[in-house]
Amino acid sequence: MMRPELTSDIPEWNAGNLPPDTCCRAGILADLNAGWRTVRPVVDAERCKGCYKCYLHCPDGTIGMDSGKASVDYNFCKGCGICARICPFDCITMEAEE
Amino acid sequence: MTKAFVSGNEAFAQGIRLARPAVVSAYPITPQTVVVERLSEMVADGELDSNFIHVESEHSAMSCAIGASAAGVRVFTATSSQGLLYMAECLPYAAGGRFPIVMMNADRSVALPWNIYGDQSDSLSQISSGWIQFYAMNAQEALDMAIMSYRIAEDHRVSTPFMVNLDGFNLTHTYENVDVPDQEQVDSFLPPYSTTNKIDLEKPVNMGFTAGPAYNVLFKMSEHMGMLNARDVVPPVEDEFMRIFGRRYSGMVEGHLLEDAELVIVTLGCVSGLCMDVADRLREDGVKAGVLRIRYMRPFPDREVQSALLNAKAVCVLEKDVSFGNAGVVFSEIKSALYGSGCSCAICNRIAGLGGRDISFDDILAIFEELENRPTDVGFIGGSAS
Amino acid sequence: MSGPNARTITGDEYFYGHKACAGCGGALAVRIALKVLGKNAVAVLPAGCMSAVGFNFPNLCFANNAIISTFAGTASMMTGIEAGLKARGLSDYTVVGFAGDGGTADIGLQALSGCIDRNDDVIYICYDNEAYMNTGTQKSSLTPFGASTTTTPAGSVVRGNIREKKNLLEIVAAHGIPYAATASIGYLDDYMMKVKKASLIKGTKFIHVLAPCPTGWGAQTDMTVELAKKAVDTGLWRLAEYENGEFRLNRDITDPDGIRGYLRSQKRFAHLTDEDISHIVESRDARWGRSLP
Repeated sequence: MMRPELTSDIPEWNAGNLPPDTCCRAGILADLNAGWRTVRPVVDAERCKGCYKCYLHCPDGTIGMDSGKASVDYNFCKGCGICARICPFDCITMEAEE
Repeated sequence: MTKAFVSGNEAFAQGIRLARPAVVSAYPITPQTVVVERLSEMVADGELDSNFIHVESEHSAMSCAIGASAAGVRVFTATSSQGLLYMAECLPYAAGGRFPIVMMNADRSVALPWNIYGDQSDSLSQISSGWIQFYAMNAQEALDMAIMSYRIAEDHRVSTPFMVNLDGFNLTHTYENVDVPDQEQVDSFLPPYSTTNKIDLEKPVNMGFTAGPAYNVLFKMSEHMGMLNARDVVPPVEDEFMRIFGRRYSGMVEGHLLEDAELVIVTLGCVSGLCMDVADRLREDGVKAGVLRIRYMRPFPDREVQSALLNAKAVCVLEKDVSFGNAGVVFSEIKSALYGSGCSCAICNRIAGLGGRDISFDDILAIFEELENRPTDVGFIGGSAS
Repeated sequence: MSGPNARTITGDEYFYGHKACAGCGGALAVRIALKVLGKNAVAVLPAGCMSAVGFNFPNLCFANNAIISTFAGTASMMTGIEAGLKARGLSDYTVVGFAGDGGTADIGLQALSGCIDRNDDVIYICYDNEAYMNTGTQKSSLTPFGASTTTTPAGSVVRGNIREKKNLLEIVAAHGIPYAATASIGYLDDYMMKVKKASLIKGTKFIHVLAPCPTGWGAQTDMTVELAKKAVDTGLWRLAEYENGEFRLNRDITDPDGIRGYLRSQKRFAHLTDEDISHIVESRDARWGRSLP
């Protein structure tokens, strides 16, 4: 599975190293979205049946199914709660962020 | 090389055929139509291997051109007047994206009142759009610039779109004998377009992005520098053009009898030829008349203007446009360039040829006569009731 | 044909780390279409929500080739890109546009019409969140009757938008386009099938996908998919296709009485009177009462 990640090698841009045009390599991410959340989805892996519904419906694509069960990329999840609402097995709960 | 008796539009179309753009997107408008009609005929007859795209507006003509350039190919479009203004949103877009699109603009009056004839109000209203702006004097130069413009625009130091302006009707529809170069000559002068500023299926890119306050100035500075670099690129490109095609051009400006000229008309476009004829005639009477033709309005040839006018006593900027509430656009630029340059000439502005009004030999003669009195005003030719 | 599903589409993510509001329906529409089309999708997005949230240098959130177009120029830029890539001798790519309702049905309609007229080989996807959301929820010609927007506020004299939603599918179909469809992010299997189908057809393809905006609609962020589903179930939004000159309805009304609940769960409809709701029901019935379109 490929997806853009927080990109560690983004340089400090200046007039000397900036792309000379508005054309830059695709999929570079300079900062996280984690700070947007007031609640976070927590997956009960025991009860997750691997139905892919949450993965499919996440507007941010932050739910992976690599292990056959849902797992959340908390770096980019915004806590919208769509996954918890759509889960047919009620195995995702939205918990308040600290 | 072959000889052809063609109009300015047709000459330009010949030049574009030789430059081999992969995509031509255009929308018809008088007096540009002939150039796109000829190109579509060339495509239909197999003389030009290009995708001619019938867009539904000038905005789409430029938007499509930007898309094709972003796909990494050479593109051509052409417009005029209302069409140029309708696509105006896309002009800085092409420039900011550093897409070296070439566009012919048939210089024409801008409504209201409606008028299809030539003046320079359209293109001169867009000098801050980030496009190189060239003003052709005759059909041969127009043809040659159709080829040379790509070479300059696509130079990696420049990467800036290029607008070649032909005076509507006076140049676009006037027939002249021109030399049409051979394809092999042009191919040896103009290599295929190559760029990294393009969609890449192997190494994907994100293009045309947003740059907020932290980065915006860096992109704009880069765009500015790219445009300025054209000043350094033009002379060697013209040298090479001379070597291959045998025609010499004079860089950012063209001076006529300027070495000792005291009375100088500064102008642009095809009226320059008439001004030069008048200056020649005045020289017979011992009047030290000269002409400075601005070939490139962008990048602006400030150094060339400063040195050309250093010893002038009186200067008139003759142009076919007005920036309402101020003066002619070219006049403001020339005056600004002269500030602090050591030139102590009197400088006036004559706005002429609006909406296709004829500029006669006598009109030019009268300007030179007037210059003896060192005028400094802004005036219209044809504005009096007489 | 059996369409793509959650297990068969790529696990790769091409639209990621973007700054769309939490629960954004438009982002889901873009993400899913790109997963169906794969890595050689070349995406064109006009000025609007998805370009604003996806391309803020140095956050460049598309893993595939993507470019912002002018607001009015989505379709014409797609035309140019398609022509350019073809001229380069490439063939293994799909040019896809993602424009909002305003970018499509208002300012971009002329360019879209030109593109369909030329039958350029591209897929145009309109993600419809029913107003100009990027600029703060102003009315577009796809804003439904009754909706309060910042330019059709619910006042004491005029109660929100007084115009019906433009029938974009019929407008597009009237060009004789090879393939056009409506979809909803509430029915992603149907949407994925249509994107896939579009990718296999030559010429211009158009998909109009309903994509709720929790911010502009005044709904909870977790209700996006649910609302998109309810709009279909109540018959306010129809899933249909236009192909070979024929319209086909993909799904019947299953919850005809659910309109009130659908409207009441959104702040933009909070001011509606019973009379207004009756009008919406009657309009719905009139649309369904005649044969498609």
